[in-house]
Amino acid sequence: MKSEEKVLLRGSEAIGEAALRAGCRCYFGYPITPQNELPEYMARRMAEIPGTVFLQSESELAGINMVFGASVTGTRVMTSSSSPGISLMQEGISYLAACELPAVIVNIIRGGPGLGNIAPAQSDYFQATRGGGHGDYRCIVLAPAYLQEAVDLTYHAFDQADEYRIPVIIVGDGMMGQMMEPVVLPPFREQLPKKDWAIRGAGGGPSRFLRSLLLDVHVLEAHNWKLHRKYERIRRREVRFDEYETHDAELVIVAYGTAARIARGAVKRLREKGMKVGLFRPVTLWPFPEEALRDLAARVGRFFVFEFSTGQMVEDVRLALEGSRHIDFYGRPGGVVITPMELSRIVGRKYHALQQEART
Amino acid sequence: MKQVIGRPRLLKEVPFHYCPGCGHSVIHRLVAEVIDELGVRDRAIGIPPCGCAVLAYYYLDVDMVEAAHGRGTAVATGMKRCLPDRIIFTYQGDGDLAAIGTAELIHCANRGEQITTIFVNNGVYGMTGGQMAPTTLLGQKTTTTPAGRQAGNDGPPIKLVEFLSFLERTAYLARGSVHNAREIQRTKKYIREAFQTQMENKGFSMVEILSPCPSNWKLSPVESCRWIEQVMKQNFPLGVVKDWRGQPS
Amino acid sequence: MRGQIRIRSVLCKSCGLCIEACPKGSIRISKQMNANSYFPAEFQKGQECTGCGLCAIVCPEAIIEVYREK
Repeated sequence: MKSEEKVLLRGSEAIGEAALRAGCRCYFGYPITPQNELPEYMARRMAEIPGTVFLQSESELAGINMVFGASVTGTRVMTSSSSPGISLMQEGISYLAACELPAVIVNIIRGGPGLGNIAPAQSDYFQATRGGGHGDYRCIVLAPAYLQEAVDLTYHAFDQADEYRIPVIIVGDGMMGQMMEPVVLPPFREQLPKKDWAIRGAGGGPSRFLRSLLLDVHVLEAHNWKLHRKYERIRRREVRFDEYETHDAELVIVAYGTAARIARGAVKRLREKGMKVGLFRPVTLWPFPEEALRDLAARVGRFFVFEFSTGQMVEDVRLALEGSRHIDFYGRPGGVVITPMELSRIVGRKYHALQQEART
Repeated sequence: MKQVIGRPRLLKEVPFHYCPGCGHSVIHRLVAEVIDELGVRDRAIGIPPCGCAVLAYYYLDVDMVEAAHGRGTAVATGMKRCLPDRIIFTYQGDGDLAAIGTAELIHCANRGEQITTIFVNNGVYGMTGGQMAPTTLLGQKTTTTPAGRQAGNDGPPIKLVEFLSFLERTAYLARGSVHNAREIQRTKKYIREAFQTQMENKGFSMVEILSPCPSNWKLSPVESCRWIEQVMKQNFPLGVVKDWRGQPS
Repeated sequence: MRGQIRIRSVLCKSCGLCIEACPKGSIRISKQMNANSYFPAEFQKGQECTGCGLCAIVCPEAIIEVYREK
């Protein structure tokens, strides 16, 4: 597949192919619906690419630790899973963050909590952005809404992971994994960044070790602040978001991923009816685009947060706007997915109600 | 006179933090000697446990990577798959390997990962203050079995090397001990053979080593060694359980 | 004497394993405490040493050097 050529790919394949082209040499993971197509694609594809390792791990717990091992050697590595499996990986992600090891982790979110179901959801926002594992750490969290964006974000995720020495989590859902869209694939990365910090054997020099156990409280404090300063740098430089029809909007829907695709369809319908509605779409869930949202709030008085959950990102919206704006929420947990038509009715009703309120 | 025994080159000049009479110190020394004698220091990478030996990287002069509790064999798998010519070994205790890390161990061994595991069996959880381990003997008193381990409640102790011998791609499995000079020398040989198994890509290798824990056994170092001789090794027989060189080709 | 040992007393933790191991019974616990508050093992002057090395083999601290006549 040449670059610049459009190919029709399924979401899971698009993410897998983008990863391989970014220089991902190892995949470790455990089957779980609705993301099995991704490891299956990697198994097929990696057999064609020399020097790559595909290994189905015996659990997600083992998988994330294999990722840790591969990352320590300086190799670009990824894993993927769905919500309950990502729960199992939390310990490993905390260790990756603590040791400042790069890795890309894909979460194709399903209904939860517990065993839940296999339908699409967005109920792992807290898990992804609020740590999930123990300790003071962050991961970059990316939420593509379109397959081309998934390709571009996945490709770039490996660079971000290496540059900042941080785990990068890409969140999607079963719909995105299954849908097919034409995408342009990036070229295979030839040059990968050097990693002096990698542990590969002392090789005639002094031996080194990598660890996260820092018994001296002052040393651990210093390490935590060092991580914190890194996260602040990422906050300043890596925010990504998208806006649609917000230039004169009186009400803005805030949504990400598949919910944003649906919201965009709702906005189109509402605009056709003359309602001044727009869409603000975070692409990085962490760092959350709070400044951009605040800028928007300078001219927009009403926000409508729409998620496939009982309300997780809405807390970040409220935090960003600090109670300065009217914020409504509509969510459907458990894997229920509504259509743009249904959403447009719900938002339309709210829009009219707010107009009424404004007149009285 | 010439010096015939001295401090191994690959033990850093750092005093051990281990308790008086602890087997870890002896085992670290054996690992250091074997790695040096085999000439693989520059391509060896060790993975210490969560446990008393978590600070092994302060003592062994090889590259080391700390893993989460029990996950050493999974981390070793990831590393070895990326760097197949390195000598990757885990150094794990009875909690790390026989409790929380057993699933990872079994699958790593089943796949025949070309890594070596040094399994330190002292029948208790040392670092956390002497709780029951999967290898604690029936009737043995620990802080979580104050009346002695009961088979009905806790099951009997696990014999890991025998357990693993059923897996086809385990190539070298042995159980040694460090409770007297003869067994220490024998165990050093097992450790060497285990590393050689890896160097020749013959499959997974493991050496379980009975080790004294005087602090948690509440015995003196000399009494602890006597206890291994008289009691522990009756339950955990010493010797080579599986050796690929004895297999038909 | 066929052999000689040197113990780095400051690092000795008085575990007693070398004393137990010495076939000639030549090692004893010193009456002088070391800087780490242990009574270290010491070779008794006048006792025999064959340079067998058993003390060094069992020493957990790896602090016994053994010398032997060529």
